[in-house]
Amino acid sequence: MGRKILLDKINVPGIKSYEVYRREGGYASVEKALKMTPEAIIEEVKASGLRGRGGAGFPVGMKWSFIDKKSGKPRHLVCNADESEPGTFKDRYLMEYIPHLLIEGMITSSIALEANLSYIYIRGEYMWVYKILERAIQEAYAAGWLGKNIQGSGFDLDLYVHCGAGAYICGEETALIESLEGKRGNPRLKPPFPAISGLWANPTVVNNVESIAAVPWIINNSGADYAAIGIGRSTGTKLISASGNIKKPGVYEIELGISVEEFINSDEYCGGMETDRPLKALVPGGSSVPILPAHLIYKTANGDDRLMTYESLSDGGFATGSMLGSGGFIVYDDRACIVRNTWNFARFYHHESCGQCTPCREGTGWLEKVLWRIENGEGREEDIELLWSIQSKIEGNTICPLGDAASWPVAAAIRHFREEFEYHVRFPEKIKNRDHFTHEPFHKVRHLVAPQTV
Amino acid sequence: MKVTIDGHEIEVEAGTTILQAARMIGGDVVPPAMCYYSKLKGSGGKCRCCLVEVTKGSDANPTPMPKLVASCVTGCMDGMEVKSKSSDRVTEARKAVTEFLLINHPLDCPVCDQAGECDLQNLSFEHGHANTRFIEEKRTFEPENIGDKIQLHMNRCILCQRCVQVAEQLTDYRVHGVLNRGDHAQISTMVSAAIENEFSGNMIDVCPVGALTDKTFRFKSRVWFNKPFNAHRECTTPGCCGKVTVWMFGNEIQRVTARKDEYHEVEDFICNTCRYDKKEVSDWTIEGPRKFEKDSVINVNNYSRKLEKVIINTERGILMGRDEDRKKISMAAIDYNKKIDGTEVKQ
Repeated sequence: MGRKILLDKINVPGIKSYEVYRREGGYASVEKALKMTPEAIIEEVKASGLRGRGGAGFPVGMKWSFIDKKSGKPRHLVCNADESEPGTFKDRYLMEYIPHLLIEGMITSSIALEANLSYIYIRGEYMWVYKILERAIQEAYAAGWLGKNIQGSGFDLDLYVHCGAGAYICGEETALIESLEGKRGNPRLKPPFPAISGLWANPTVVNNVESIAAVPWIINNSGADYAAIGIGRSTGTKLISASGNIKKPGVYEIELGISVEEFINSDEYCGGMETDRPLKALVPGGSSVPILPAHLIYKTANGDDRLMTYESLSDGGFATGSMLGSGGFIVYDDRACIVRNTWNFARFYHHESCGQCTPCREGTGWLEKVLWRIENGEGREEDIELLWSIQSKIEGNTICPLGDAASWPVAAAIRHFREEFEYHVRFPEKIKNRDHFTHEPFHKVRHLVAPQTV
Repeated sequence: MKVTIDGHEIEVEAGTTILQAARMIGGDVVPPAMCYYSKLKGSGGKCRCCLVEVTKGSDANPTPMPKLVASCVTGCMDGMEVKSKSSDRVTEARKAVTEFLLINHPLDCPVCDQAGECDLQNLSFEHGHANTRFIEEKRTFEPENIGDKIQLHMNRCILCQRCVQVAEQLTDYRVHGVLNRGDHAQISTMVSAAIENEFSGNMIDVCPVGALTDKTFRFKSRVWFNKPFNAHRECTTPGCCGKVTVWMFGNEIQRVTARKDEYHEVEDFICNTCRYDKKEVSDWTIEGPRKFEKDSVINVNNYSRKLEKVIINTERGILMGRDEDRKKISMAAIDYNKKIDGTEVKQ
């Protein structure tokens, strides 16, 4: 059994309520943190090697140490609960079933950052979770963990939950801040970074739900204990939202460093493939990360075991690797159509682009239209090159990473599954019923698009 | 601080952006800018036309920046080295942005009032392709009436958001903004209100394309058939400078705009009274023809340009031929004992 840090108490009956959570040792980290200096807390988090769980994997302790404390302006901690990445649903699970863990993490982290006003920005689609959090916060206020002079320590903290209106872009930290300020959720130009000028031009730290929820354990135990779990720079545990053609989809907490093979096939986690159809592809970290073909899932390009770590999953760069991302683990068997899947992702990014900068606004729409044509049997041979060209022109030229996120899946799909695109273009009558790979998996028709030699 | 752009070195003050430094140098190192407007706070960074490559961050930290940066919002650092026109990456990126801007643009220049003074035309002239790779249906919007002075053509808009900033910074309250998102983001008014502020006409001047045009000038004339003259009047509207360019056809004032510099930015904003209501020559003190800024169709027949003396050597040309032609026909002496390839002729 892997070690559980976040989901350790998840099965305790009534853990949603304050009484049970407190009885199970909840809010101990706040008591401990109030006796520590803020610098000591930050040092502890730095020592833990905890990396941001929202996708980019930036070390949390380092992010905290960048916050501008010299200016004397009020500081804010904002929790990014705008979890909208297709394939990712771990934060929802955490907030829904153990809301006090996030609130405890928010208090402890606010003490470290000396922030007296903190926010949880939750997406509008999670309205019922919003209500759960609201209730939990009321309980925490009533028990004296929030408000003025927390537990007689002289530290004040107000915590609010803000409900977004359902835009993926508001998960980008500066767009989130704009939205929180009541404006249109457009990403800001950086620099200045939020650590210098964020919410209402005050120094702000934005962290993912899971990152913040890991802080109480680190404070209760120690940074070194946390760093002992995992491999190398991937320390601690990570929630993985597993979905797709597996026996047991769901949210799993893994110790970073187990192998991908174990995660997919062991009964503790995904329990193997859903049916006896073979594994075809894997998206290991949410829709934005490159898709991996079957031969690169269990082994990296140079033959090492592929592990569930930041480093191993990105081994080989984008040519043969992917990213851990936010942990949206999507498994495909050979019934899946990669072209349709790529179109579906492109449709999402087209819909969610904020429209502020040109390459993303126009490019995501173009990608979707071309992919839609290919998927519907109206593709042309040159469309594959066209897709490649469009994605390369979006990537790196935009204000925020949404442009990159829209182009990476397209690039990887063409890189690894080019034959499938060619099949769609050359045999439109075979794909017109939308069930093309259900009865006739691609490996049976691959010879049709194989280069002919005489 | 010292900055080097495409090999040109220049001293600038702290806080200058790369684009401003490039404009100080002038010439073809200046990146194109569709959304940046030096007179409007907070503009820039959106269109990505002005991307440049920073090959050396600064003297203190010489590492190059991995991504191309938007020069209009990136500040100069001491010792920074920037590649604008000389970088292939930059050229590629500008071509890419131009292509992106054009895929959903209606390309209705033949009926567009902006044609001839349109930044998008200039941009595509410089960086665009003659062919398109976009075979899909273009995105379109429902026509919308935003008042009797300004014509909104949303299909032509490139969402630079300059007009939003004009409304934000020049007028007391803003009734229009960006609605929706992605490629369906549009400039619109709240519940179809009319834009009636006294300074709203400046939205027309700052619009880089034909999305916002002057309804009182609509389909009256192509801009290059009008002659621009600088003119001024005593304007009583607070905040209006009263200095304008009047665009004449014969003795008739066809339209009035603010004075624009070579980057198509207005020198000073004008009020709607000057723009729409003063169309008699007697309303204005005409200072003289507007000076030549740079080559464009507007300057066809512009007689304010310094003229060089024209020398026509007709006689010499007819009798003697041109020098280069004379050289061609004067052959060297030919050795008849050799073939053309140099071998000896057998006797």
